Parts: sequence; C-alpha cells; structure tokens
Amino acid sequence: MSAPPGLSRLVDGAGVLVCCGSGGVGKTTTAAVLALEGAKRGRRAVVVTIDPAKRLADTLGVGALSNTPSHIKGGWPGELWAMMLDTKSTFDDLVTRHSEDEEQARRILDNRFYRNISGALSGTQEYMAGEKLYELHEEDDFDLVVVDTPPTRAALDFIDASRRLTNFLDHRLYRLLMSPTRAYLRAVNLAAQAFVRTVSKVVGSEVLDDALAFFSAFEGMEQGFRDRAARVQALLGDEATAFILVTSPRPDTVEEATYFASKLEESEMSVAALILNRMHPRFGTGRSEGDRTRAEAYSGSALGALYANLADFRSVAEGEELALAGLSARVSPAPVARVPFLADDVHDLDALAHIAGHLFPE
Amino acid sequence: MDAGQFLHASRVVIVAGKGGVGKTAVSAALARMAAKEGLTTLVVQVEASSGLARLFGRPPLSYVESSLAPAAGTVAEVRGRTITPDGALLEYLEDHGLRRISRKLVSTGAMDVVSTAAPGIKDILILGKVKSLERSGSADLIVLDAPAAGHAITFLTSVRGLLDAVRVGPINAQARDVLDLLTDPARCSVMLVTLPEETPVNELVETAFMLEDRVGVSLGPVVVNSLYPPLAGLDADPEAAAAEAGVSLRPGEAEALAGAADFRRRRRSLQEAQLARLDDLLPVPQLHLPHLFSADLGPSHVDALAAALRLEVASLPVPPGARPAPAAAPQGR
Repeated sequence: MSAPPGLSRLVDGAGVLVCCGSGGVGKTTTAAVLALEGAKRGRRAVVVTIDPAKRLADTLGVGALSNTPSHIKGGWPGELWAMMLDTKSTFDDLVTRHSEDEEQARRILDNRFYRNISGALSGTQEYMAGEKLYELHEEDDFDLVVVDTPPTRAALDFIDASRRLTNFLDHRLYRLLMSPTRAYLRAVNLAAQAFVRTVSKVVGSEVLDDALAFFSAFEGMEQGFRDRAARVQALLGDEATAFILVTSPRPDTVEEATYFASKLEESEMSVAALILNRMHPRFGTGRSEGDRTRAEAYSGSALGALYANLADFRSVAEGEELALAGLSARVSPAPVARVPFLADDVHDLDALAHIAGHLFPE
Repeated sequence: MDAGQFLHASRVVIVAGKGGVGKTAVSAALARMAAKEGLTTLVVQVEASSGLARLFGRPPLSYVESSLAPAAGTVAEVRGRTITPDGALLEYLEDHGLRRISRKLVSTGAMDVVSTAAPGIKDILILGKVKSLERSGSADLIVLDAPAAGHAITFLTSVRGLLDAVRVGPINAQARDVLDLLTDPARCSVMLVTLPEETPVNELVETAFMLEDRVGVSLGPVVVNSLYPPLAGLDADPEAAAAEAGVSLRPGEAEALAGAADFRRRRRSLQEAQLARLDDLLPVPQLHLPHLFSADLGPSHVDALAAALRLEVASLPVPPGARPAPAAAPQGR
C-alpha cells in the first residue's frame, strides 16, 4: 500500500518533473506537494502552475501567483518558490529577447495577428510552458522545476513544440505570406493561388494582411526561435526530466491517463511514476456483496443503515481497483502512489504535508 | 416548475463546468430526462472522448448522428454525435462550393495557420454547426457537452473576439449568427455544473459572472453534482446497533462500520457548507444530484440521475413571466 522509494528518488534526483493528467484530478496540488518535498530535502524547488490557481496561492500563504516566482518561506533546508504561467508575457519576453532591436520587437508586439497568437492560439500555452521551464531550469538555476500541465489532450503537445513550430514556420502558406509583395503570388502555381484565395474568402483579407505584417516583422527571428525550441526539446528529452502521471480512479480519467501514457511512449519517453489521487478510503477487508446482504437483512434498523453505508464505500473501492488494474500494469515498473480522498479539503501547508505523508511514507 | 416547461425554455442547452465535475453525466441525464418528456434530444460532444457513449453503453460517437437510447412508447429518442472543428470546416467549405480544395485545406495542416490567423475560428465552426442544427429543428432539444474548464469561457467568448478580428465575409456572418443564438434566452441557455467542494464552487461562480458579463448568455439553474445522499442511522454505535438487532459483529467489523459512517458524515457536512456558500455567492436556483456509489457509470445510472434531475426541477419555483409549456413538442420551425 505504501509508496515505493521511487518517488523520493525522483524528487532527489530529477531536474524537471512534469505532472500530466485530466482536469479535476488534483494535479496542481500534487505538483505543489512534490516541490515542497524537494525543498524539505534541500533542493531549490519551484512549482509552476498553468491554471489561475488562487487556491494554491492561498494554501502557500502568498497573495497571488504571477509570471515570476514568489518565494515561499518555511522551516526547510532548501527553497520553495511558486509561480503561475502567463502565456502572453512569456511570449512577449521571448519576442523581446530574440528581436534585433526595439523597433522590431514593438512592431511584433503591436501586431494584431501576434496578439491573437500569443493570447489564444491553441498550443501556445503548452509551448510557453516548455519555454518557461527551460528558463527556470537553465537560467534561473532552480534545481527542481515541477510543472503542472493544462487539463487537455493537447497538454503533451509541448513535447514536440519545436516540431510544431517548425512546421508552422515552414508552411506553404507562411512561405507565400513571407514573400515581399502579393505580386509574388502571381508567380506561384495555380494550386497555391487557389489555396490562398480560399483562405482569404473564408477569413477575410484583413486577417491575411495582419498575418502578412506579422510574418514580415518576424523575419530574421525565426532562427532564434527554432534554436530555442530545440533546446527546450532537448531538456524535455533529457534523462533528468521525468513525467508523472496523475489520475483519479475513475474509468474516464483513467482512460485519459492511459492516453497520456501512450503519447509518452510514442515520443519515446516513459511514465516515471503514477499518482492515484482521490482514492476512496478502504474500510476493513470485506466485500460489498456481504455488506449489502446484511444491510437488507437488518433493513430499517441502525445496523442496516451502517451496513448500507459500508456497502456503498466498499463497492466504490472495488470499482476503483477494477478501473486501475490495467493502467498500473501498463506503467510498470514505475512506482504507484495512492492518495486517499480526504474527509476534509486541502487548506494549508499542513494539508500539503499530510498528502506528502502518503506520497513519501518513509 | 413543470419539467416540460423547464425543457421548452430554450432549444439549446450548453452544459459547462470544470473538468471532473461530471459534465458529461449531467448532459446525459438532461437528455434522458427530456426524452422521457417526449422531446427528441441530440447530445453533441466537441472533444473526442468515449465518455458519453459509454454512459449509454454505446460505441464511441462520430461526426454522423447515431442513436444513444431508442424511442419507446412515449419516450423519445436520444441521439448523439461529435462536432469537431476539422469536420465542421470540411462541411462548411463543401456547403459553400469549395469541395475541391477543402480536404487539402485540412490535410495539409493549413487549418492550423488559418486558425492562428483568426483564433476562435474553430469554436465558431463548432457553434455555427450547432446553430444550423438548431435551425433545422431536427431535434427538440440540443444538449452541448462543452469543453472543460477555462476553455468553456474561451469557447463562448471567442465569438466576440472573432467579430473584432474578422469584420467582413462569411466567418463574420457566421459569428453574428452564433452570437444571436448565444444571447437569445429563448433559444439558448447555459447550465453550469459543479461539485460540492471549495475549488469547483469558486470556479463555477467565476465562470458564471464572466459568461453573463462577457457573452451575455442566459444562465439556467446550476447543477451541484455528486452529493452524498443523507442516510439516517449513521450516528449509532455499531456495537450497540448490533446488540439491538440481536447479533454480534465479527472482529474488525465495528471499526469498518464506524469508519465508513464517520467518513460519510464528515463529507456530507462539508458538502452542505459548500451548498450554502454557493447560494451566498451566486443567487440562482440549485439542482442537486446524488453521488452514485459506482466507479463505472452506465445506462441505469443515467436513468437514476435523470429521475433525480426531474424531481429537482419539479421543486424549482416558476419564474415570473415564464411561458407555459406547449401542449406538444414543437415541430421544426
């Protein structure tokens, strides 16, 4: 029942821990617990959350989390920092860093197409999460970066963010747009012309004009972006980076977790640990069937109610074991840790420490 | 409020909430409840996931409608389908005489570039398709199982953003039509779902205010899912209860019974505190659905939730000025 030592080894030795899983399974809290444990073991740890985790800020005793890490003071030998990823400001910083001069940076930052990309392009958040953890790990000298990922299937897109970015930059439409004038369009083949005409028909020519202005302002910067993306990619593929799968024991979240596990396998990465959150508590060792029979036999009495209640929780527990069996086998030999569905809500550092007690029982 | 009146209030109901709160189960229950009132109901999923189909014991849904629960006697059919952005775009282009290059647009990944140029375009394509289904009148009620978490807000607010970015052309027209649908309470409402826990309650309140302010969409009652049903008799001491029943407990049994009873009582009182908090923060009617003590939900659970939802709706006050339910389900307009 107790967590194998593998999880402690990860917190002691890993440079980056990426927590993946679907929404509502306690990913953010888990990430905070792992970072806190790192600090307790003497590491300089930072937890990066993707959601506006106001609750986590409260739990950690800081007013609000921002795009730069806040120091959480406490009686531990290491350091604990926390921050919330702001996709747009991370992207803005990246543009400023790679621009040749202020003028180029300003032309990009003011462009409407850019504002659309930086704020709303699906995948940007994932890409910027990768970028931020690279920055924290390589430039800010954090020796343990724990990152929480967005609760969507796109969460793992940042594994191949550089490939996606390169595809985007190499796209035919992009190359057409990159040509100095639209006159160039006359020279390209008819299929490509039809293609651009269609796009223009669907979204309106204004949008294409914005895109054109963006791409011409971006000229000369894409190499910098590509190099950076390649380094982020290398860090994610490094053996010091570990992926931790977080799930609750329900068939739908287990299915999502299984999907994440297979995505990682496709990218030749593996699940370093599986954390099962919100496990209903186990009361004794009996089976729900017997309890149900007794509940009926004593129906109407207090004993009947007590057995009916026990049967409810035991049947949930039996269903949970069934749902988890395949996933646990799939990620083997990765350690599997269980955190019970607590009778109280997580409120403060003590509650985080309580969860840590389940993850690191030694 | 009468169930029929509740269900006829708007033809499209968007079910939204944070991940893990049971949005899909609530969508299924609402659809089944409507079907039992005689409304042919279509459930739309926007993400590829087998959750909804599994609830009805069916294989995963596709872009083509399929039956989730057949009509029987006075019970109407529940149908289901997905609406994916790529599928909706293909259909849109084909309908506009652009079949020849439509597949290429999707297969070359140009869709990525286009949707970067005009973010929100994917959401518009999905909502545009929902709008045309609503117009076609092929179903009496359309239940849209919205994307999870904060994305639900982006999903619904992107319409206004897109109107700003694309000022002319078919996408602009499409966005206007979608906004008309979203802001007309007689055509569309949003049903928010939460769990009786602190963080999901906070997020629900935040989402509710943002949707009203930024989209102008009509909010229906909120659904609080997964409440432990009250169970009398849990305060009794197991040994005393056993003695009273004239039996003796096996070793360890008293601890298991007491532990489970204590857990339920404590969670239940936390849940009640959250219900009160939600009521303070967001003064709209609440519909309470029971926690089902099963990890794997199927058709019988959907029916149980539908029945519970019906009872909850029946106890809602009739809003002033509400229209009476039509005698029969309206036919296509």
